[in-house]
Amino acid sequence: MKRFTFHRLWAIVLKEFIQMRRDRVTFGMMVGIPMMQLLLFGFAINSDPKHLPTAIRAADQGPFARTLVAALKQSSYFTFVREAATEEEARRLLQVGDVQFVINIPEDFSRRLLRGEKPTLLIEADATDPAATGPALSAVRAIADSVLDRDLAGPLARLRAKSGAIQLQVHAHYNPENITQYNVVPGLMGVVLTMTMVVITALAITRERERGTMENLLATPVRPTEVMVGKILPYIAVGYVQVTLILLAAHFIFGVPMLGSLPLLYAVALLFIAANLAVGITFSTLASNQLQAVQMAFFFFLPSILLSGFMFPFRGMPEWAQWVGSCLPNTHFLRIVRGILLKGNGLMEIAPHLWPLGVFLLVAMTIGVKRYRQTLD
Amino acid sequence: MSTASPASELAIDVTGVTKRFGPKTVVDAIDLQVRRGEIYGFLGPNGSGKTTFIRMLCGLLTPDAGSGTCLGYDVLRQQAEIKRHVGYMTQRFSYYEDLTIRENLDFIARIYDIPDRAAAVQQSLERLGLQNRSRQLAGQLSGGWKQRLALAACLIHQPQLLLLDEPTAGVDPKARRDFWDEIHRLAASGLTVLITTHYMDEAERCHRLAYLAYGHLLAQGTVGDVIASAHLTTWSVSGPDLPRVASALRERNGAEQIVAFGNTLHVSGRDAPKLAAAIAAVRDDRHQWTQIHPGLEDVFISLMDGAKDNFS
Ligand SMILES: Nc1ncnc2c1ncn2[C@@H]1O[C@H](COP(=O)(O)OP(=O)(O)OP(=O)(O)O)[C@@H](O)[C@H]1O
Ligand SMILES: [Mg+2]
Repeated sequence: MKRFTFHRLWAIVLKEFIQMRRDRVTFGMMVGIPMMQLLLFGFAINSDPKHLPTAIRAADQGPFARTLVAALKQSSYFTFVREAATEEEARRLLQVGDVQFVINIPEDFSRRLLRGEKPTLLIEADATDPAATGPALSAVRAIADSVLDRDLAGPLARLRAKSGAIQLQVHAHYNPENITQYNVVPGLMGVVLTMTMVVITALAITRERERGTMENLLATPVRPTEVMVGKILPYIAVGYVQVTLILLAAHFIFGVPMLGSLPLLYAVALLFIAANLAVGITFSTLASNQLQAVQMAFFFFLPSILLSGFMFPFRGMPEWAQWVGSCLPNTHFLRIVRGILLKGNGLMEIAPHLWPLGVFLLVAMTIGVKRYRQTLD
Repeated sequence: MSTASPASELAIDVTGVTKRFGPKTVVDAIDLQVRRGEIYGFLGPNGSGKTTFIRMLCGLLTPDAGSGTCLGYDVLRQQAEIKRHVGYMTQRFSYYEDLTIRENLDFIARIYDIPDRAAAVQQSLERLGLQNRSRQLAGQLSGGWKQRLALAACLIHQPQLLLLDEPTAGVDPKARRDFWDEIHRLAASGLTVLITTHYMDEAERCHRLAYLAYGHLLAQGTVGDVIASAHLTTWSVSGPDLPRVASALRERNGAEQIVAFGNTLHVSGRDAPKLAAAIAAVRDDRHQWTQIHPGLEDVFISLMDGAKDNFS
């Protein structure tokens, strides 16, 4: 008697689909919002992020190498978090996203410098978000020149050639041309899904309460989980339509590369969509009317867009903001999408961002079901 | 559903049902017995707790105190079973306005998992004369048609008990009469109906009724019982210048209630000799005075005034 049944679930699903179809305006918004945001955010937002995590692979421990590293550490752009022993390890750190830069000092750096051979300082950068790497890279050039100018004093002054004593070589990985759209467009996926999914489901239950239909629904044998899942399922379909729209636009309009597996992306999107729907449902159990539900949705949407690393490079934000950002599903989804599309990440590489999504979904769903009142009191 | 409800004479049998909202006791220790196949009227002024009581019967609200059964199921613990066998028509229209009539009925039929759904929906459309409007959106229907839809929807799972909360509010007299004919047909076929209303003519069409005020059950029984239990004496007076008669009566004790009915006044009181004395004092030959049987309305107004003194 108290069991969950599929026929009742199906009744709710069908009803939601019919209502969705009748509500032309909302239906239009579900397609219109992604399109509008794509156009609006096709432009970049600039900022000057600092303290970017950096690994160093120093094959040379000579005096010049040491002073150069010391100067880079002094600058506020880099925070040295790791020593990479091998090129392999350096590459992995970049791919997983543990560091933004790897600075390679070749083994004969000091010797070649003294010989006036202009040794190469190789900087590898994760350039998925050009806004995050650009300012730091231009700072390196200036730092290197000024440090070496000071060190190369007296008899060594002749080494200070006009074009500098060393060569700076930058390998921008993942987005070599620094095209901001490559970063913004995949990021939009999370933003669009957060916005529409949370708002629409927040309205779904509040509307029933406001129109009085909830009283009728509660007087029937239907169970809370049936109502909740039945309301979520149709909107998962809507979410997938939005994901597809954005991917199509990303490919055909913005030419964003798609290195990783799209099925993997679609699979992860399910988790993210469900997490947002659960948030919406939770809001709808808290709100007493539709206006409140929309306000709560915006309350969630703003940090999701501002603190997730979509609007501003995540590492450029103050620590408290990063902390808030880490609790938001969009932050993790953003990294997953960028990772899969731009870096060709597989399941292993995205795993660190997958479990926070899972935890979030679980928590939101539990609160939602608990808060859903089966009676009117 | 295999457990048939225990055979019992009573469809509703509750005692001491109480509901509080904050400090306010909205339903106060109500006992109610309704027999199977009976049309039971539930009357009372606005805010007297009728809707709240009905919501407790069908499991939408949990009573703060009290116990009893509804269709043989415990009202506190077997709410799921009760929901299966009760049809509840809410005071406010509560079907989906953006679904058509047929879609609404189909939705409800699915929720109750009715075996031959298509046939059941078609049958209920036909029985209520809705088949020509089945594709119309519920939100575009007039009040009378909405009411028909709501009745059709709460009958679709063949409930044993109907709880109707002011089903005829805002419905024209012809449609009301048709509605009541339908209710009597349903009751004749064994359905129990608990119905709230503010109309006296409807109250008189119930087998038995109860009068509620400020959460207290003040009277119950057949129309005759209720009228008799009020011990009211009523006089009718007609003639010129009735407002002057009314104000003269108001200055004396005994005439507790003076109500204008068209060209007559109904003057009532619970103490017959006192009332007679008051009337004798203002009486003259320009007016006709006759003692009449008090109507339900006279009784209800008297009950309500009495309750006001006691409970509020
Ligand atoms: N959820 C609630 N929270 C607080 N108070 C409530 C709630 N529901 C009802 N009430 C109060 O309880 C009282 C009884 O309300 P109820 O709706 O049961 O009256 P009613 O007899 O149905 O009135 P009407 O004839 O106007 O429909 C009212 O004073 C109402 O304000
Ligand atoms: Mg009411």
